[in-house]
Amino acid sequence: MAECVGGIATSHVPALGGAIAKGLKEDPYWRPFFDGFKSVHAWLAAKRPDAVVVIYNDHGLNFFLDKMPTFAVGAAPVYANADEGWGLPVQTPYQGAPELSWRLIERLVADEFDITTCQEMLVDHALTVPVQMLWPAGDPPPVIPVAVNTVQHPLPSAARCLKLGRSIGRFIAEEAGAKRILVLATGGLSHQLDGERAGFINKPFDLEFLDNLVGHPERVGALTTHQIVEQAGTQGVELLMWAAMRGALGERARRVGQTYHIPISNTAACVLTLEPA
Amino acid sequence: MSAIPGTMIFDGAAAMKGYALNKMCFSFNGAANRAAFLADEAAYCRRYGLTAEQTAAVAARDVLALLRVGGNIYYLAKLAGILGLSVQDIGAQQTGVTVEAFKQKLIEAGY
Repeated sequence: MAECVGGIATSHVPALGGAIAKGLKEDPYWRPFFDGFKSVHAWLAAKRPDAVVVIYNDHGLNFFLDKMPTFAVGAAPVYANADEGWGLPVQTPYQGAPELSWRLIERLVADEFDITTCQEMLVDHALTVPVQMLWPAGDPPPVIPVAVNTVQHPLPSAARCLKLGRSIGRFIAEEAGAKRILVLATGGLSHQLDGERAGFINKPFDLEFLDNLVGHPERVGALTTHQIVEQAGTQGVELLMWAAMRGALGERARRVGQTYHIPISNTAACVLTLEPA
Repeated sequence: MSAIPGTMIFDGAAAMKGYALNKMCFSFNGAANRAAFLADEAAYCRRYGLTAEQTAAVAARDVLALLRVGGNIYYLAKLAGILGLSVQDIGAQQTGVTVEAFKQKLIEAGY
């Protein structure tokens, strides 16, 4: 039986990719956030995941408003990155795990998630930046991308995303063999890029959210989209991915590590590592 | 549901209203399209069928106006990229403060 080795959730701010490209990891502005990954690298080296389910949101690279799936699962042998329009260097393609993808798809549909399946799928900074931060040597395990719509409302609810994660957890538990699977969520924490409230960051909410995510996921599941926008900002809705990751870990989870840093660009940035408990 | 001050929700109504504008911005994923826009902005806006209001908001580089005519920030970010504007630049513009003051506000959110 496969094992869920744990879950990581991290911010995916594009500027982090820019800082990596420019060699600024030791720069005083960036260093506090990058330093937080050192213990995560040690944890990953010990856990040696064979594959990683990456729950993220596309920002207009692969999906446009002509067809906007609420949940989309990649089922490709390889996932390319591409020009997003504002200068991040294009990353080399990522290896997929299509057999695992299809078994995940079977589980999700059996659990009544009406997903979109993608045999071709460009992955944007929300996948590439976290993968670069977590595997700086460029040797990530094969990826299974799961994209969640956070662009166009109505968005899936936090409760629905928790359930999606539980279904991902069931997929992992059903896998045969000694595979070790990691669940990675990207996005957040509180931030707002648009409107007169641009620059909104809510530290008290973020810290309470993190505690609830670990110990009381049902409280996270009780949040409405409106409440998340109000408390975490228009792009703070990326917390939905964190809810999905938490769902995959099962009823109880243990916090292995957590950093919290304000600001990275316009965002409260965090990397959280959990293990099933 | 009470409105959230200073916050627009990009819902179905906004997605319909802003479709042409966002489709144009989505095209900016391609370098050749970015060059074509820069070569003749008005012609490029016409090619995508932008309304007069949307074209004027693009010409004015007015982010709040672009949002009001249905622009989505994820697609508008690609336009901002062409214009060399960072998310701090557009944050400062939308909140009516200097870029330095906007960055300071972000830092102070961590206190």
